[in-house]
Amino acid sequence: MATEHSRTAARLMVSPAVILLFLWMIVPLGMTIYFSFLRYNLLMPGMESWTGFDNYYYFINQPSFWAALTNTLLLVGGVLCITIFGGVALALLLDQPFKGQGIVRVMVIAPFFVMPTVSALVWKNMFMNPVNGMFAHIAKALGFQPYDFLSHAPLASIILIVAWSWLPFSTLILLTALQSLDREQMDAAEMDGANWINRFIYLTVPHLTRSITVVILIQTIFLLSVFAEILVTTNGGPGTASTNLPYLVYAQSLLNFDVGGGSAGGIIAVILANIVAIFLMRMIGKNLES
Amino acid sequence: MARKTTATREAITTVAAWTIGFLIFFPILWIIILSFKSEGDAIKTPLAVLTSDWTLHSYAEVQERSNYARHFWNSVVLSLGSTIVALVIAIPAAWSMAFVPGKRTKDLLMWMLSTKMMPAVGVLVPMYLLFRDFGLLDSRIGLVGVLTLINLPIVIWMLYTYFKEIPGEILEAARMDGANLRSEILYILTPMAVPGIASTLLLNVILAWNEAFWTLQLTTSNAAPLTQFIASYSSPEGLFYAKLSAASTMAIAPILILGWFSQKQLVRGLTFGAVK
Repeated sequence: MATEHSRTAARLMVSPAVILLFLWMIVPLGMTIYFSFLRYNLLMPGMESWTGFDNYYYFINQPSFWAALTNTLLLVGGVLCITIFGGVALALLLDQPFKGQGIVRVMVIAPFFVMPTVSALVWKNMFMNPVNGMFAHIAKALGFQPYDFLSHAPLASIILIVAWSWLPFSTLILLTALQSLDREQMDAAEMDGANWINRFIYLTVPHLTRSITVVILIQTIFLLSVFAEILVTTNGGPGTASTNLPYLVYAQSLLNFDVGGGSAGGIIAVILANIVAIFLMRMIGKNLES
Repeated sequence: MARKTTATREAITTVAAWTIGFLIFFPILWIIILSFKSEGDAIKTPLAVLTSDWTLHSYAEVQERSNYARHFWNSVVLSLGSTIVALVIAIPAAWSMAFVPGKRTKDLLMWMLSTKMMPAVGVLVPMYLLFRDFGLLDSRIGLVGVLTLINLPIVIWMLYTYFKEIPGEILEAARMDGANLRSEILYILTPMAVPGIASTLLLNVILAWNEAFWTLQLTTSNAAPLTQFIASYSSPEGLFYAKLSAASTMAIAPILILGWFSQKQLVRGLTFGAVK
């Protein structure tokens, strides 16, 4: 098997990656933890002082924190609902034989490759704008009053925009999973008289469970840190109606220059993400063994 | 009878799938259409837009007014640069973990993945201050470093799953025939690994091109890639539909085309090999 010589070489080859990732993990995160215990404002340099858990106390006790936390969870939950149910339905549809499968697939996947700032601005201006947007034109043509999506339902609009970019991802993964479903088993079930509802519940759903879990976990990691879509559409407003945790941390540290408070918020975001991460790691770890 | 129902069913599926596919694709199609219209026509009702004249005017104006070429070039440098650096670090690491696995290889891989779980906002403040203190704000070199680090775990994982599929017996046979480590890598592994490396490169370029947290936070103009350039249309220029459309079309076109070629790799790379 592997010789002593090749083991040493292997260790040497892994080490640059390990060292870099280790530094990337430890240095900035350590600094964030350190800052989170300081009274540190960029407008008052040289005035840093130790404050213990004060930053956490004030960060959690400001009303915008609870708004941001709720918005973060609503955003993640809303986008997950749309992309999972929509993704399963779409994957089932695209898995059927029909004409032009390749072209339809390409069209469905396309939004995933659109950069967040473009998708957000296009939806904001070309579709949701209450004067010249597509939805306003349609509403006027049907005799309705145009609806100002981003000022009256900012969070729901952002959920829609983000869901549009992520629907292709879930569809693509679920479709890939569907294609590995045992056809013979399906045919056998059909011969034995199982109708499509039963085939769906007892064969398709169990087969998809693992992929759905993977999609939920990976999307959650990305959705917890949605930022660009909020920055270019609503700036977190009106008020805090569409502020999520990343946006709140950004606003507090880089707009209000409150490094201490922002850092405390950052650490809270890390803790939140880690809860999800633990589950994701278990899933992928299991897969490594099989 | 049976054949007739399948034919009907296929027709229904075809109509449904095309309709839904079209609706999902529509926003992209619409900005492509608007980009070829004049500002005055672009804000008309949808039917009036379609029947109005076509023009390349907006493309010319975006080029002229906003230094589009520089931002495009920044995107190219940032995405390709960070991908190449990541590959240089990741190829040896993934190679040795796939072919000389030790007791802790699995833990090491999981740990690398866990670094990806840290939300960017958790380290925003120190990164911003470090960049400021080292004069790296709005510099391409600093951003290449950050993009390399955030995508490194994905790159290692993708390469690892590809390398894992290369049969180890081939290496043993080569070793029997007296091949040393160098020729092993050069003549046996490299040709077998190239497809995997190519798809890793493709996926990572796409991810880096569309990265919109660090590129927005750490650049303003000189090093700003297309994500930041488009964000600058936020207001009030966003109301110039034709120009925004032209800029957007140019920003997404290269990656849209690359992306369509990489559908399969996308699934594998983004699920860390959990779905193939």
